[in-house]
Amino acid sequence: MSIDYQQYLSKTAIGLEPSGIRKFFDLAATMDDVISLGVGEPDFITPWNIRELAIQALREGQTAYTANAGLLELRQEISNYLYKRFLVEYQPENQIIVTVGASQSLDLAFRAIINSGDEVLIIEPAFVSYAALVTMAGGVPIRVETSADNGFKVTPEQIEEVITHKTKAILLCSPNNPTGTSLNRDELTAIASVVEKHDLLVVSDEIYAELTYDQEFTSFAAIPNMYERTILVNGFSKGFAMTGWRLGFLAAPQELINVMVKIYQYTTMCAPTMLQMGAIEALRNSSEQVEKMRQNYWRRRNYIVQSLNQIGLECHTPGGAFYVFPSIKKSGLTSEEFAHGLLQQEKVAVVPGNAFGASGEGYIRCSYAASIEQIEIAMNRIARYMESLARTENAALEIAK
Amino acid sequence: MKLTNQELNILAILDENHNVSAKSIAMQLEMTEENVYTLIKKLEEEKIIVSYPTLIDWNKIEGKETIVAMIDVKVTPQRGVGFNEIAEQIYRYPEVRSLYLMSGTYDLSVTIEGKTMQEIALFVSNKLATIENVVSTTTHFMLKKYKHDGVIIDGNEDKDRRMVVSP
Repeated sequence: MSIDYQQYLSKTAIGLEPSGIRKFFDLAATMDDVISLGVGEPDFITPWNIRELAIQALREGQTAYTANAGLLELRQEISNYLYKRFLVEYQPENQIIVTVGASQSLDLAFRAIINSGDEVLIIEPAFVSYAALVTMAGGVPIRVETSADNGFKVTPEQIEEVITHKTKAILLCSPNNPTGTSLNRDELTAIASVVEKHDLLVVSDEIYAELTYDQEFTSFAAIPNMYERTILVNGFSKGFAMTGWRLGFLAAPQELINVMVKIYQYTTMCAPTMLQMGAIEALRNSSEQVEKMRQNYWRRRNYIVQSLNQIGLECHTPGGAFYVFPSIKKSGLTSEEFAHGLLQQEKVAVVPGNAFGASGEGYIRCSYAASIEQIEIAMNRIARYMESLARTENAALEIAK
Repeated sequence: MKLTNQELNILAILDENHNVSAKSIAMQLEMTEENVYTLIKKLEEEKIIVSYPTLIDWNKIEGKETIVAMIDVKVTPQRGVGFNEIAEQIYRYPEVRSLYLMSGTYDLSVTIEGKTMQEIALFVSNKLATIENVVSTTTHFMLKKYKHDGVIIDGNEDKDRRMVVSP
């Protein structure tokens, strides 16, 4: 007897949109010699001193559970780090949780604050998981679309326009994936006034904080009166080149943390112990290496922004992360057509902008977490691709005449 | 000497790969190409950039295999010129790849490259040991090069293990 599994599956789960990135990954993975600007993680390997500490932890037999919120020693280091780098103060004993990746921090945050039907504002283009995380927690993601005209920065007016009595929180991500857009202190302060006026919370995804280039990074929790309203999410993946470790953390007012720890103890228990030991070393002794990687990304950003603009793919200069988000409207193609053509014809992988929301249509995400040599080759190929598109168009015009 | 941020950034790029074009450096640092040229010239003239060596693994090439020895040399320094004169006598030999004055139990560290062990042994006994004021030599033959000038020779860490596309 064949079973109709649809009747067993959760309607919420079935309703989730498949990630636009996934489709593209399946295609790219079948091809050889692809130069990828499609990768959302550092091309650096975790600094050796951090790896060594995790190995040592294993040698020592550090294989038992830790406290739900993580090793107190690590939470202490996180507390020091947040204070030293971003001037926000959190108590290691009751205001910080070490999670399995920053993604889990986001999941915990939404599960802790969302009642069925609560609305959470998501600023698009946005990381692919945000809307799904809100939906799985029973909430309703409300999309706020930004535009390239002002470098994809969300304005207080855009936010206020969609706020209803059901709005519970805003999810902010600065520097942003996929646009690289970074909000400065003034821009965050302007958003803060809306947050206060409408009595909202902010889930602030600060995973790219270390990768900020032209100005100092400002944590949303450091904006006056926002500490009480902020769930700060950060982690080790991007700045410390530790994506595969799956280690993130969140920091928030104690009453919120209490509920999140409760959920965490039932779902996950704790983050892997030996990896937490490595993370202690990351915070204690890696600032020089983190800075060196940042400098490297900064140089690549300068290079890729100029290259793309020279090719004719208009591109704003993003203040952070390792993504640029150039417009491909000039090509007359949709984002997906452009990305597929580029992959087939020139074997360069980029991510179609519409994977990050409707407002990403007409753009592609290029990651510069690749060596300058790779980026240089990719740029030459993209230029060649643009020329071939122009030739096709000219030929079509000739025929039309 | 104090360098500007631009100069330090240029050095950081060249330190990773000296084979990079001035155009690329200019784009990476948001400078003009001319400006990059001028600054590199200046750094070369000031001998801050001393040379642009290429690291070649000769042992991978048939007929080009080389043997390397590091020799600890004890000397009697001379009045007035200290170690410098003996050092010059040693570094003038083309067989000498590097020469450092060291603290500790010996004075000069000499790196020699040759085709055979015998060639190196002859150099030590006929040339190095006979220099006046050289008191003793201790020769260590290098068995394997794991890392040279910050570069891991046969490492596999630079292999990209990431998925082609990820969020």
